Amino acid sequence: MNPASLSEYLFASGLLFAIGLAGVIVRRNIIVIFMCLELMLAAANLTLVAFSRSHISEGLPDYDGQVLVFFIITVAAAEVAVGLAIIVALYRSRQTIQVDELTSMKG
Amino acid sequence: MPWLILLLPLASAALIHLGLKRNGTLAAWLATASALATLVLTYLTPSSADPVKFSWATFEGLDITIGLIRDELAMNMMLIVTGVGTLVHLFSLGYMKDDEAKGRYFCGLSLFMFSMTGIVLADNFIMMFIFWELVGLSSYLLIGHWFTKESAADAAKKAFCVNRIGDWGFMVGILMVWAMTGALSFSQMALPEGVPAIMLGVALLCVFCGAVGKSAQAPLHVWLPDAMEGPTPVSALIHAATMVAAGVYMMARFFFSIDGGEHAFSHLAELFPAFSFQTIAWVGGVTSLLAALMATQQNDIKKVLAYSTLSQLGYMVLAVGLLKPDVAMFHLYTHAWFKALLFLGSGAVIYACHHEQDIWKMGGLFKKMPITAITFALGTLALAGFPLTAGFFSKEQILDVAFKQDKALFALVVVVAFLTTFYMGRLFFITFFGKPRTDHAEKAKEVGPLMWLPLALLAIPSILAGYPFVAEAISPLYHHHPFKLFSAAFLASILAFAGGIALAFVLYFNKDEDALANQPVAKLFANKFYVDEFYAWFVKWFINFKASIIAFLDDFIIGGLLVGGFSRITATLGALFNRAQSGSLQTYSYLMAVGIVAVIFITVFM
Repeated sequence: MNPASLSEYLFASGLLFAIGLAGVIVRRNIIVIFMCLELMLAAANLTLVAFSRSHISEGLPDYDGQVLVFFIITVAAAEVAVGLAIIVALYRSRQTIQVDELTSMKG
Repeated sequence: MPWLILLLPLASAALIHLGLKRNGTLAAWLATASALATLVLTYLTPSSADPVKFSWATFEGLDITIGLIRDELAMNMMLIVTGVGTLVHLFSLGYMKDDEAKGRYFCGLSLFMFSMTGIVLADNFIMMFIFWELVGLSSYLLIGHWFTKESAADAAKKAFCVNRIGDWGFMVGILMVWAMTGALSFSQMALPEGVPAIMLGVALLCVFCGAVGKSAQAPLHVWLPDAMEGPTPVSALIHAATMVAAGVYMMARFFFSIDGGEHAFSHLAELFPAFSFQTIAWVGGVTSLLAALMATQQNDIKKVLAYSTLSQLGYMVLAVGLLKPDVAMFHLYTHAWFKALLFLGSGAVIYACHHEQDIWKMGGLFKKMPITAITFALGTLALAGFPLTAGFFSKEQILDVAFKQDKALFALVVVVAFLTTFYMGRLFFITFFGKPRTDHAEKAKEVGPLMWLPLALLAIPSILAGYPFVAEAISPLYHHHPFKLFSAAFLASILAFAGGIALAFVLYFNKDEDALANQPVAKLFANKFYVDEFYAWFVKWFINFKASIIAFLDDFIIGGLLVGGFSRITATLGALFNRAQSGSLQTYSYLMAVGIVAVIFITVFM
C-alpha cells in the first residue's frame, strides 16, 4: 500500500481545520468551542508534520517541523489548562457557559 | 494764556473728582471760582487771527493739531459761554445746596465748561469733534445726575443715543469735507476748483446732521424735552444757552471758514447747491413751528421752556439755512441770556414750591416772589420779542432775512413768533397770577440772594444785549443791520406779539384750568405729535426685524447646519458601527474567519 501523498495529508488537515472553524462559529457551548479550537490546532500540527515529511534533503526528512510540533503540543497543553480555568471562573461568576447569553460586550 | 482758559475747568473737574467728592461745599466754590476765572481770562485775552496750536498726531497727508482759535467769533462765543456759565454756577450754589452729590454735580459742570470751551476754541474739525463728544458725555452725566430716578436715567440714555445718530452723520461730513478740501483746520479750509456741487451739498448736509443732533432739530428733537430731568441750572446752561447752540456755532464756524471770513457770507449761495441750504432752512423752520405748537399745551414749567428752546434753535438753524450765520449767531447770543434767565427763574420757582414743576399747581407767585417774577417777566418779554428787548432785535433780523429770501418761511416765522408770545404768556399768567392752587404755592417765599442775584444779572443783558452798541462789543459776527421802523419784519413782529399776548390774556389770565385742554388738536400738541411713540414703535419693529434675521441665522445656519449637521453625521456613523458591536462571540469569530479568508484570497490569488 502506497504511503499517503502530501496532498492527501493537506486535504485531511484542511478538512479538520474547516470542521474546527465551523464548530467555533456555530456551537453555543463554550467547552465545545474550546474543543473545536484544539481541533484547528491539531490541523495546523498535521500540516507541519506533513510538510516536514515531504521535504527530504540528503535522504532524510526535515525534522525541524516535527520538533516545532512537539513544542506546540506542550504549549497547547498549558493553554488548555489556562483556558479551562478561565471557563471555570466564568461559570462561577455568570452561572452559564452558553456564549449567546454572554453578550455584555454588546455596544 | 489761551490754554489756561481751556485747562482751568479741566483742572477743577479733575481736582473735584480725585479729591473733593465728599467735600461738596469746597467743590462747589472751586468750580465756581474756575468758571469766574475763565470768564475774566476770556475777557482779558485779546482776539487775534492766528490760532495757537501744536501737532498732536501726524500721518502721511494728515496732520491733526490741537489748537485754539482766537478770532472774534470764538472769543465772543466764549464770553457767552463763560458769562452764562459763571452765573449758572452761582445759581447752583443756592439751588444744589442740599444735594447729596454736590461734588459730582460741580465736577460735571466743570467738565462741561471744559468741553464747551474746547468746541468753541477748536481750530480744526477733529478737535471740535472730540470736544463735541465730550459735551455729549457731560450732558449725559448731568441729565442723569439724579440717576436713582428712573426717568432721569432714561432721559440721559436717550439724549446720548439720539446724539450718536447725529454725530455719525457729522463724522461722515467731516471726512467728506476733508476729502474735498484736504484740510481739517478751519483756517486752511478753501474749496478747490472742480468739486461737484452735489458732493458739496451732501457734505454740508452731513455736517448739518451733527447740528441736528446737538441742537435738537426735527427729527432728532426728542431728547431735549426729556433732558429736563436734569437739575434746572443744568437745563439753563447746557440745554438752553450753550451746548444746544453748539450746532449753530459749528455751522457758523464752518461757513465762516469756507467763506474765508472776508465776504460776510455773500458768496455762500454760489458755493453750495440750493437744495442743501434750503433743506437746512426748512428743517429749522419746521422744528420751530412744531416745537412752538407742542409748547402751547405743556404743563411742566421746564417742558414749556424746553420746547421754546427747540423753537428758538429752529429760528437760528433757519437763519443758517438762509445763509446768514451772522444773524443766527446774533440770535444765539441774545437767546443765551434770556433763556438762561428764564430757566434759572423757573429753577427759583421750582425751588420755592418744593420741587413742584406743574404750573397748574402754582399760581399767585407774583406777590410772593417779586424779584423772580419781575426778572422772569423780562425774560419772557425778551423771548417774545417785545420791542426794545434783546430778543426783539435778533428776531427782527431773522424776520427781515426771511422776508427778503423766502415768503413762505417768513409766514412760518411770524406764526411761530405769535405762538411764542402765546405760550410764554400762558406760562407767565398761570404761574405768577391767579390764586395759589396748592399749599406749596401758598407758602412759597422769595429765594435767597445767591439765587436771585444771577437772575438780576442775567436780566440786564436780556434787555440790553440787542442794542447795537452792546452787540458790537460782544456779539459774535455781529453786523449792524440798520433798523427800519415800519418795515414788514417790524410790523409782523409787533402784530405777532400783540396777538399772542392778547390771546394768552383772554384764555389764561386768572383762570384755574386750561380751556383748550380737551380739544383734540390740543391733545395732539400735549402728546408731542406722538413722535416719541412712533420712534418707540419703529425702534421696536426694527430691532424685532433684525432679531428675526439673526434668529434665523442662528437657528438654521449655525444651529441646524453647522453644529447640528456635524453632530448628526457623527451620530449616524456611530449608530452604524454600533451594530457591529453585537457582543456575540459567534459573530466575531465568523467575521474574523471571513476576514482571514478574504486576506488569503487577496494575497494568493490577486
